[in-house]
Amino acid sequence: MLLAVGSLTAIGLGLGGLLGVAGRLLAVEENPLEAELQALLPGSQCGQCGFVGCAQAAAALARGEAAVTLCPPGGKAVAEQLAKRLGVRVDLSAHTKRVPAYAQIVEELCIGCTRCLKECSVDGIVGANKLMHTVVSEVCHGCGKCAAVCPTNAIRMIEIPDTLATWHWPKPDAAALSRSRRSHLESGMTPA
Amino acid sequence: MQEYVLLMVGAALVNNVILARFLGLCSFMGVTTRVDTAIGMGLATTFVITVSSMGNWAIEGYLLEPYGLGYLRTVTFILVIAGAVQFTEMTVRKISPPLFQMLGIYLPLITTNCAVLGVALIMVETKLSFIAATLFAFASSLGYSLVMVIFAGLRERLALSEVPRLFAGPPIGFIVASLLALAFLGFSGINTN
Repeated sequence: MLLAVGSLTAIGLGLGGLLGVAGRLLAVEENPLEAELQALLPGSQCGQCGFVGCAQAAAALARGEAAVTLCPPGGKAVAEQLAKRLGVRVDLSAHTKRVPAYAQIVEELCIGCTRCLKECSVDGIVGANKLMHTVVSEVCHGCGKCAAVCPTNAIRMIEIPDTLATWHWPKPDAAALSRSRRSHLESGMTPA
Repeated sequence: MQEYVLLMVGAALVNNVILARFLGLCSFMGVTTRVDTAIGMGLATTFVITVSSMGNWAIEGYLLEPYGLGYLRTVTFILVIAGAVQFTEMTVRKISPPLFQMLGIYLPLITTNCAVLGVALIMVETKLSFIAATLFAFASSLGYSLVMVIFAGLRERLALSEVPRLFAGPPIGFIVASLLALAFLGFSGINTN
């Protein structure tokens, strides 16, 4: 009994020690900035920036190979945060057109092909073959990938309206953003 | 000398880990979509099997058997294998980040690859000497890598060919694997005893 416990413990400790030494010797230098930038990105791996996922986008940002405006779902808010973190100035006038939106399926047009379902990176679409699909609007982050693949153009992007459930006290940082968003809503533009 | 050669041929071809003993099938289907990933996986697994078998042989011979701790065999073997895999993971990450990305979850999953534990257990059961055991483990893993690379090559061709829709993807993969296993059955005609 003691021998069994002791020998297993000894083997475990020995291997752990060896691995600890090996970990020191073979340490991979990682840019801590990458992890920070990745935390700022939405993390839904939608791929609209042209990179495989948010980790690759963050790596490109850290190397300075990508613009801070690369993330369409993140919109102006993420671009501002990225610019702040990276200490670059960025012209966000082109970005004011974007407001938080979610996808909505026009039920008369949906043929139940499940293409949008497979495309959704946050599993925000419910449905089955030849049955009408629907979008879980709380989950949807408005990347618009489903709208691009829909064969019947049954998906449209809806701006998130200010309701009791979605409205928050503006933070000092976000106040400027929400002001610009409201002025944009009043001007009645449709999201891209 | 001749017995070692026969032992190695037997381990690599006649009793191939994947196609004759049917061990390690998840990585066989999982990482064989491209030849270079298959080669990477083969090399990593070869290293793990050889190193962990050497460690396991020593533990079996000097600890488990003399002190009657045979019931701890699976646990200790897995412990040694997990250590070897962790080391391999660190090394691959350091040496080749793209390969690390491509192998993804299959790299830490070598720990639970039954081929690794299977080779160690077979080695213990047949009571080989240290050199024979090391050669046996090395040859087994070479057989594993060989089959991985062959199968990856076949699947690369399959990806370009027109497969009937019903069979496209994994189904035709399994059919090809069975044909490959049939072909390897031909090696069982070699008498390695």
